[in-house]
Amino acid sequence: MKENFLASFKEALQIEDREVLITDVFRDYEEWDSLSRLSLIAALDEEYDLQIEDREFEQLVTVGDLMAVVESKVNG
Amino acid sequence: MALLKFNNVGIAGMAACVPANTIVNYNYTEHFSAEEAKEVTDKTGIQERRFALPGTTSSDLCFAAAEKLIADLQVDKSEIDLLVFVSQTPDYRMPATSILLQNRLGLSMQTMAFDISLGCSAFVYALSVVYAMMEKSGFQKALLLDGETRSRVYSPKDRKTAFLFGDGGVAALIERDERFGESFFSLNSDGSREDLIKIKAGGYRYPSTAETLVEKVIDEHGNMRSEEHGYMEGADVFNFVLREIPPDIKRLEAFSGKALHSLDYYLFHQANDYMNGYLAKKLKLPAERVPSSIAQFGNTSSVSIPLTIVSQLQGKLVENKEAMLCAFGVGMSWATAFINFNGCHISDLVEV
Repeated sequence: MKENFLASFKEALQIEDREVLITDVFRDYEEWDSLSRLSLIAALDEEYDLQIEDREFEQLVTVGDLMAVVESKVNG
Repeated sequence: MALLKFNNVGIAGMAACVPANTIVNYNYTEHFSAEEAKEVTDKTGIQERRFALPGTTSSDLCFAAAEKLIADLQVDKSEIDLLVFVSQTPDYRMPATSILLQNRLGLSMQTMAFDISLGCSAFVYALSVVYAMMEKSGFQKALLLDGETRSRVYSPKDRKTAFLFGDGGVAALIERDERFGESFFSLNSDGSREDLIKIKAGGYRYPSTAETLVEKVIDEHGNMRSEEHGYMEGADVFNFVLREIPPDIKRLEAFSGKALHSLDYYLFHQANDYMNGYLAKKLKLPAERVPSSIAQFGNTSSVSIPLTIVSQLQGKLVENKEAMLCAFGVGMSWATAFINFNGCHISDLVEV
């Protein structure tokens, strides 16, 4: 789960030059912008067939937060 | 379930009119820097839009499109006895703009005329209404006019929407003829998501006051709008589209007995190039059969699908060309149709 998630997360944000850590605050990334939000929505739909609505997404701070929500939705 | 099937009704011809006044997004720098304008433009893929000049309304654009279509097809105006006008930017709150157009186009007083206000999904919705009425023997020919001046709806100082919307008007002539065969529609609504795209004030729930006209800073980026400007929660709209649109298309496939991949063209509401690209990929549609006009005209709300047909498919809707029309947006409201464009005349694009 973790490796798969991090790979699609990196691809959605087009991060190629470094590793992503689950403690990273993703909104602080230089790559983060309104289009990366859309890329992430597409990636979550493609990989996991799930959506995270804005209200819930706004509460997420780190890459780990996002992964936890994805995990709970996949298993829920 | 609103799944509908019609027989032997179809679109005999279409025309569109856009304002000549072209807004080049790179140069749209009254409220933003050239750098910001470039960044937004490169991300959205919307290069240009058309803005109606002050004094020009959506009905003016539709009038010009209708006159062009009527002239090209040499339509006897006395045969038009149904006129539907689609818009959320009408000329007046009352009377209905369709009735003004009945008079302006010189149509008979025995014409049935009314407006439909719905937003992005409205062309497909209105087509289903007109098809249903045209299946009855009473009408000879129907004129469906659809116009929007969305440039006036959104704040030019709100980066999230300032670079997206444009104006346009279209006319479609609908007739009964066996060559059109069967057509299929799926129509949907979800009012629980009314807050995703909205103009809050100016109606009767939140009437206009001096306060509702005041522009306010709405976020940490300094974007500004009043409560009488439209707003859009783009990310949740995308979530909504991904959740609802593919299943709706599958429903219509099952209902119609037609395989999606057997159709010739796939027309999506032109709201976001990235979103439509993803939808096409998800549905495994070949890119060359998914026409797009968003780079040229931006998002023109309900006008975007018919404007894409007129600007991208002229001369291509000859014998038995079947197309999917799929529109979604404010409401939320969404609709999918499989339609046979058998010998549909497309007029040259009109500019005013």
